[in-house]
Amino acid sequence: MEQVIVNGLYLGTQYALIALGLTLIFALMNVLNFAHGQMYVLGGFVTYTVYGQLGFPFAVALVCSGVTLAVLGALIEKFLFRPVIRRSVREESTMLLAAALAFFFDAAILLMFGEKQRGVPKIVNGIFLSDTIVMPYDRILIGVLAVVMIATFMLYMQYSRPGRAMRALAQDRVAAQLMGVNVDRYSMIGFALGAMLAGAVGGLLVTITGVNSGIGGPISIKAFLMVMIGGAGVVGGAIAGGFILGMMESVGLMVLSDFGDVTYLVIFVLLMIFLSIRPNGLMGKPWG
Amino acid sequence: MITTRLPLQAAALAAVASLAVSLADTSPAQAQQKELKIGFVGVTSGPAAAWGTSNVRSMQVRAEWLNEKGGVKIGDDTYKITVVTFDDQKDPRRAIAGMEKMAQEGIHYVVGPNVDDGAAAVRPVAESKGIIYFPYAFPKSLYAPPASNAILGMVANYQSAPAIYKYLKENKGVKKIAFVAANESDPLSQRDGGVVAAQALGLEIVAQNDTYANDTRDFTPVLTPVVRRRPDLLVLSGVSPGNAPLLIRAARELGYQGLISAETAQDAAVLQEGAGALANGFISVGGASTAEIRSAEMDEFIARYIKKFGEYNDESNTKVYALDYIVETLKANPKAVANVDEFKKTVDSFSAPNPYVKQGTLKYVGTASFGQKRQLSVPMVVTEFKDGKFQTLFVGEVN
Repeated sequence: MEQVIVNGLYLGTQYALIALGLTLIFALMNVLNFAHGQMYVLGGFVTYTVYGQLGFPFAVALVCSGVTLAVLGALIEKFLFRPVIRRSVREESTMLLAAALAFFFDAAILLMFGEKQRGVPKIVNGIFLSDTIVMPYDRILIGVLAVVMIATFMLYMQYSRPGRAMRALAQDRVAAQLMGVNVDRYSMIGFALGAMLAGAVGGLLVTITGVNSGIGGPISIKAFLMVMIGGAGVVGGAIAGGFILGMMESVGLMVLSDFGDVTYLVIFVLLMIFLSIRPNGLMGKPWG
Repeated sequence: MITTRLPLQAAALAAVASLAVSLADTSPAQAQQKELKIGFVGVTSGPAAAWGTSNVRSMQVRAEWLNEKGGVKIGDDTYKITVVTFDDQKDPRRAIAGMEKMAQEGIHYVVGPNVDDGAAAVRPVAESKGIIYFPYAFPKSLYAPPASNAILGMVANYQSAPAIYKYLKENKGVKKIAFVAANESDPLSQRDGGVVAAQALGLEIVAQNDTYANDTRDFTPVLTPVVRRRPDLLVLSGVSPGNAPLLIRAARELGYQGLISAETAQDAAVLQEGAGALANGFISVGGASTAEIRSAEMDEFIARYIKKFGEYNDESNTKVYALDYIVETLKANPKAVANVDEFKKTVDSFSAPNPYVKQGTLKYVGTASFGQKRQLSVPMVVTEFKDGKFQTLFVGEVN
């Protein structure tokens, strides 16, 4: 059982980090970013190219993934979402734009990086072995890095000036504007930060799970799942949702292994029951 | 006005006349070279894109090569080959739309689909519109009578699995076997076929219900219960090339030291990148995949593929065959160009040299499995992965 718990915790850190960027963008702009998974994939391919192909250190590649996606996110917010939000009276317009972006990224990534699964050399060799737990050192390192990134993000949101501004935006956009918060600027920073998180986690996980051009959609679906469990737009909820999903997956695959692939069936049934009881998820409303 | 128009009209007339003369000069040559359209309906996007992309690229490279040689002579006519592709996104409904598109374009020979449900879905369209199709899907009902329009493009797992398990039982002492499959129709049916083959050989099956969602990225939780049952052989039923290195890596990192095999074609570069040395010893099935058996023509095909697309895909060792089979069968019976019934008649007696291996014949097989010849004879090369390359373990043949 110890192994199952460790697997669940490791999956949880991965998932929480994936969900953070999605929930941040939703909180700030009320946009369900369907292209979040594709941004993750792009981040993975940047690390693959810089670290796996060009031979630069992994840390450099990880920074490149984050910066590339941050710039891309800022441009997407400025030139695509901002005009649509400004002109459209229907919220569906941003959803359609996000879906279109997801399709566009899918096609562009397939053209740029091909159809094959890609992987990079392990960043740390060796395996931690005890009587009850087996864990490769690279997974431990990635798990620790993910926790550090989550903690840094939360501290940034809590104590930095842009973080406070973004929290104010998430709480009440109009009130924040009246109090002098530059909405356009902090929406762009928020979208860039969300995209950067997706890119960074893509870069981080390419060392463990590799990357391929077609996984963006499934990643987005899992991220939505975590956000719905925790409560859309709530950072703590996204983290909780990630860990809950990771643990449910790990335990389900162990306990239900004799019944075939019913783990996700059970998870979805539980989610339906849960949402019918708590439609706003665990933490309910946007943070601030 | 009149004086200025007349020279212009004269010039225009002269231009039209000269164009007409030049067209008249070239029209006989163009009339000799007709167009032979070969279709592809399969998956070229999403997580399983590698399956269909290797099909399409193999067809495009081969068609370009044949066209470069002046086209293909079938009967009295010379044909330029055009490959018409349709991405079904692994969706049976789109596969049907794709097959209908092929019918509208007057195409009689289609490579694909790549998966079971797609291949089953297009059957009514193919049969009603007079299309012979070459799926990479294993359900026997597609190829056994009364079905007659589908021709299996590769070696099925229920053909390769018994040979592989027998070899491993006799040579590597395998006694306990475990199966892991994605929760989709192809992998599950391949797993069931593998279980039957293992039971027939008297192997102890320690796991057969463990499955995973095809978009799983971390397989450690999936394999944790399987590895604990300590099988001698872990079979990755119907595993996609993208998932194979992740499964291998997860199993090895959990301390699994037994053998790992798959009955689907894999790609050496993907295995090396995704699992590195952990993939050493991994057993899979290819077409003309190893240097020991492939011909100079196969080497040239690989070189052309790399030149055109930058990187080779080892799955093309199997996928390279379909276009050649179509063309060579049409050469054997030119009436089949527009009549698939003629094609079906030719299948039984067809034979031609296999250009891709040092020794071999192109012929239709499948009588033992389907009761009629509805399968391409592709060499069943069972390989072992070692330090980034596939090495031949043994070569088998399907009857």
